[in-house]
Amino acid sequence: MSQAMIERLAPWAFTLGLFVLWELTVLVFDISQFILPAPSAIFSAMFEYRKPVYENSLVTLWTTVAGFALAVVFGVLLGLFIGWSRTIYRGLYPVMVGFNSIPKVAVVPILVLWFGVGEIPAIITAFLISFFPIVVNVATGLATTEPELEDVLRALGAKKLDIMLKVGIPRAQPYFFGSLKVAITLAFVGSVVSETVAANAGIGHMMATAGSNFQIPLVFAGLIVLAVEGIAMYALFAYIESRTTKWAFRSSMGV
Amino acid sequence: MNVVTFDNVRLDYAGAKAAVTAVDGLNLSVDEGEFVAVVGPSGCGKSTLMKLTTGLVAPTAGAVSVEGELVTGPVKIAGMAFQNPNLLPWRTVLDNVLLPMEIVEPHRGRFRRDKALYAQKAEALLKTVGLDGFGERFPWELSGGMQQRASLCRALIHEPDLLMLDEPFAALDAFTREELWCVLRDLWTRLKFTVILVTHDLREAVFLADTIHVMSARPGKIVMTKQVDLPRPRDLEIGFDPKFVDIVHELRGKIAEVRQ
Repeated sequence: MSQAMIERLAPWAFTLGLFVLWELTVLVFDISQFILPAPSAIFSAMFEYRKPVYENSLVTLWTTVAGFALAVVFGVLLGLFIGWSRTIYRGLYPVMVGFNSIPKVAVVPILVLWFGVGEIPAIITAFLISFFPIVVNVATGLATTEPELEDVLRALGAKKLDIMLKVGIPRAQPYFFGSLKVAITLAFVGSVVSETVAANAGIGHMMATAGSNFQIPLVFAGLIVLAVEGIAMYALFAYIESRTTKWAFRSSMGV
Repeated sequence: MNVVTFDNVRLDYAGAKAAVTAVDGLNLSVDEGEFVAVVGPSGCGKSTLMKLTTGLVAPTAGAVSVEGELVTGPVKIAGMAFQNPNLLPWRTVLDNVLLPMEIVEPHRGRFRRDKALYAQKAEALLKTVGLDGFGERFPWELSGGMQQRASLCRALIHEPDLLMLDEPFAALDAFTREELWCVLRDLWTRLKFTVILVTHDLREAVFLADTIHVMSARPGKIVMTKQVDLPRPRDLEIGFDPKFVDIVHELRGKIAEVRQ
């Protein structure tokens, strides 16, 4: 088997190995299903409740992607605004950091107060948690434009808008696409946190309900569904990143 | 006619504690089509001189004029190249060279319509610097010397009256550097623009320039002006001419003196 083949199979082998180890540990130490269910129990629970699992996972996927989409739109706009000038960058950055330090779970009750229990708090929580990395990356990409390059363009009579369009925005693209991978996984955290606290549907709600009914294998099934959705979305955006900004990967490999 | 005139220019900028005077009492005049080199110890405000000329910074006192007009903002007629080629990695070499055309009037208005024409012009310019057929490559596929050639093309594509060079060859190896001296010499001989070249390299200054100004340590001002009366066209062999060596020697002595 070639080295490349081994590398491609490695993630699957490790995942499978982890499940086997897990199964054996539960078996050997005779761990109660209420503490740590074995993978076999988890997957059979997933199969048994496939309809609710499927429906709830779609709800979570929808709230996550909706929140993420909002984060992309507002993150890019705010990132452009902050990256526009060094003064705005300096002035707004601490505010952003402060905002990002607030635990989003603490915001959910407020959102429920404003919008009621349901999908909207989940979407907004996903939005709040995922837009920070997008803003920071877009703003950093813009703010770190080489001053000499700016001089070259300004000496030609370029306006700030010209410099943004010709240099700043293309330059910020790899930062932006890189941030999407991070943001989408954070968006899952946001939507599930909100669903767990206050929702009528979604994986978070399903896990909370299953937990209170002592259906522990179903709780774990929810976790695994979340992990799979997270990996799939991450892979999607990693792929988009590598396709859209090939030059950034090539040029960083050195001249 | 004087293309560039500095009249008793002073520039202060805000330092960490007190204002720092970068240049003071700076007087300079550059004739049309003249090749001027500015040399001096590091930190003498050579780069400040570039920024003042192009209007990127305004003098604290005194006046800078370009083509008879007082500089109050970016001058719009200058081409610039720096030590770092600063090519945009997402653009091909050709599109990098064409960048000024997308900004400078009247080209920017015509650029979309006459793109093919402009591309032809850029290809022709690339050919004169030895980058024939590299237009569709990306900057990272080029060596440092080739990138610097492309950077020179970008500075010249809009046929500026004034070319400002800030140590453009400093990061290159000795052979590539001499090769590019010749490229610049040939471009200048053919197109007859005015050049202000800031450099550390005294041999570079003597080889290329008509006039060399030596600047003092901060606050910078011009302490010596040397006319290079070596015949043109010059080739690299001139570097071994006793007259050439004498001029380098003299400049070197002066810089050693002002560094004290």
